[in-house]
Amino acid sequence: MKSIIRVEQLSKRYRLGQRDNYYTLRDTLTAAIRLPRRASTPRHGAQYMWALRDVNLEVAPGAVLGLVGRNGAGKSTLLKVLARITAPTSGRVELYGRVASLLEVGTGFHQELSGRENIFLSGAILGMRHAEIVRQFDEIVAFAELDRFLDTPVKRYSSGMYVRLAFSVAAHLQPEILLVDEVLAVGDAAFQKKCLGKINEVARGGRTVLFVSHNMTAIQSLCDSCILIEGGQLIAHGPPAQIIDHYLARHSDRDAGQRSLRGHSGRTRNSQAVMTEVALRNEREMLSGGVAMGESFSIAVSFDCGTTSLTPSLGIALRSPHGDPLLGVNNKWMRDFDDSRCRQGTIICRLERPPLMPGSYSIDLYLGDGMVDIDIIEGALTFEVQPRDVFGSGKLPAPEFGPIYWPATFTLRDES
Amino acid sequence: MLSPLVDHNSVLMNRLEAEDADFGSSPAQGRSRSETVTLPMLPLLVIDGGRAWARIDWHDLWGHRDLFYFLAWRDVKVRYKQTVLGVLWVVLQPLLTMAVFTLLFGRLAHLPSDGLPYAIFSYCGLLAWNFFNAAVGTSSNSLLVSSNLLTKVYFPRLLLPAASVAATLVDFLIAALLLLGLLPWYGIALRPKMLLLPALGLIDALAALSVGLGLSALMVKYRDVRYALPFALQLWMFLTPVIYPTSFVPSRFRWLLLLNPLTGIIQAFRAAIAGRPLPWLPLALTVSTIAALLVASASIFQRMEREFADLI
Repeated sequence: MKSIIRVEQLSKRYRLGQRDNYYTLRDTLTAAIRLPRRASTPRHGAQYMWALRDVNLEVAPGAVLGLVGRNGAGKSTLLKVLARITAPTSGRVELYGRVASLLEVGTGFHQELSGRENIFLSGAILGMRHAEIVRQFDEIVAFAELDRFLDTPVKRYSSGMYVRLAFSVAAHLQPEILLVDEVLAVGDAAFQKKCLGKINEVARGGRTVLFVSHNMTAIQSLCDSCILIEGGQLIAHGPPAQIIDHYLARHSDRDAGQRSLRGHSGRTRNSQAVMTEVALRNEREMLSGGVAMGESFSIAVSFDCGTTSLTPSLGIALRSPHGDPLLGVNNKWMRDFDDSRCRQGTIICRLERPPLMPGSYSIDLYLGDGMVDIDIIEGALTFEVQPRDVFGSGKLPAPEFGPIYWPATFTLRDES
Repeated sequence: MLSPLVDHNSVLMNRLEAEDADFGSSPAQGRSRSETVTLPMLPLLVIDGGRAWARIDWHDLWGHRDLFYFLAWRDVKVRYKQTVLGVLWVVLQPLLTMAVFTLLFGRLAHLPSDGLPYAIFSYCGLLAWNFFNAAVGTSSNSLLVSSNLLTKVYFPRLLLPAASVAATLVDFLIAALLLLGLLPWYGIALRPKMLLLPALGLIDALAALSVGLGLSALMVKYRDVRYALPFALQLWMFLTPVIYPTSFVPSRFRWLLLLNPLTGIIQAFRAAIAGRPLPWLPLALTVSTIAALLVASASIFQRMEREFADLI
């Protein structure tokens, strides 16, 4: 057997607005009566979108393939088709062996049930047989580090505990093919590392893994080849480093410092659309899609809660050009936090001379009421940091040591 | 400690030896996955686009039997955990309905009751009807309430409505045991024929599945079904001999009543309790109606299954 996964001419078409406009049986029936012959054909003038278009792909057994592309490019759709969650419009896929998908952490968890009960439930939903769960139960519990809370309902768990347990169940799946989508975007850094390590272990154990992530570091370290998907088409296939460069080069899109957040594609699923606009201004208070190294800038986020009011707390997370979390700031952590309530307004956050290396950075925004996050937008804005002679030496720090630089003083003691 | 990026990599790659001694090199370089993986004969799975019609994959369903059990178990567990009254509620509901029906239709309206005490007569009807009603309700909604599963993981979707019906069987069992407890009170002796009750309950479950299966699929696409269903079920109850016997209906319309699969089941329940011979003809009609409905429901379900994740 040469390939464990063979994808031929795979296409998937969605009708635009399909998710929002519910059908009603009444409309369908009246349409059927009026136009009996056309009732089953799509509504006139409906718009279609190809989430996948003629994708061909072969994956060798034991390969770890990274899927790279921006939001909405079709990466997740491809995984969902391979996972049999959604059906392709045309084309064919051949998969050898058991397929398990990990598209979300905590699939099948029920809040009212205890940790122990959820291990069995979630395990079964993810595709494990009862006997397999029993056999691995102790390992799952040990990996999650939760043995004291096994009989507590998971609704009382902290979010960290919840994620640990959920990932632990998923990590013990033993399929021949594992499909992983961005599940590592949750949990604290230490646990993320543990998860990546586990995925690496799974991959090294000879399983075939397809891995979607916006985190280029994870992609680069885990995968042995990569594909780049854009507009539903597979446009490149090759070694990770090459594909990532290709991707970053295509997508260093500059937003010119201002972007409307209404209908932003990076808004997370359960968010209410409260934030309306984000703007980045440079030292001279000019809207700008780029700042120089070491230049102070401000990020202004406007929000509109309609008729309700809140004490806005704004979290801003900066991601490095590779998609790694770099730093986070929040107004409620600050001494001069203004806790007055308002319905609409703009919060301005000023970052004093951040020591960022040249490259394209993105900003995630979290707007909450001080207790929970109401609106979360990932990749709300991207901006470019341009090189500048920050040390006055005519030399730039070397880029390969990470996304920040730091002024340092060196002294040489001549001891000859 | 150099910078977050390098640190991150080195932790990630602790298994990958020290081949990236040069900081500048990407950790993936110099890495080879040369170990050839020899796989034993693995089952082939083919996903074919554009195939509008899929048959039920019995093999796949059987492979997921553990999941069927866990889904039903979850529904039972959660239901009894969340309600304060728990089991008491399952007992009180039919008892109170029986009391009200007996007062209104037995005492005041003097409806005939086929030789059984009216309370037992109506309880038999309620036992079959309440189970059917609850099972149709939960199984019809089963896909919608599990939308988070449908969009995240594969399993045979048929398990959701089927497990909902199975979970409702627990309520039925409790209510049936209560009936057996009530019988001596009304001077009715326990008979061997009453051992048929579980079999009749199973037929009742199939009747609920035959309706709920198709409705659950329709409900994903047509949201108005959700609002029409409770009303339709309410009407259905009056077209079912729950509070009146079939003999109450003029004989030229009685065949209409027999189209309703519940008629045969309820008649059989009462016959088993009263020790009368089973109504074989209505029962046979019931079973064939259920079989026809099941086939229709399953074909609606299979046809729409491909779209669930996109529509929900």
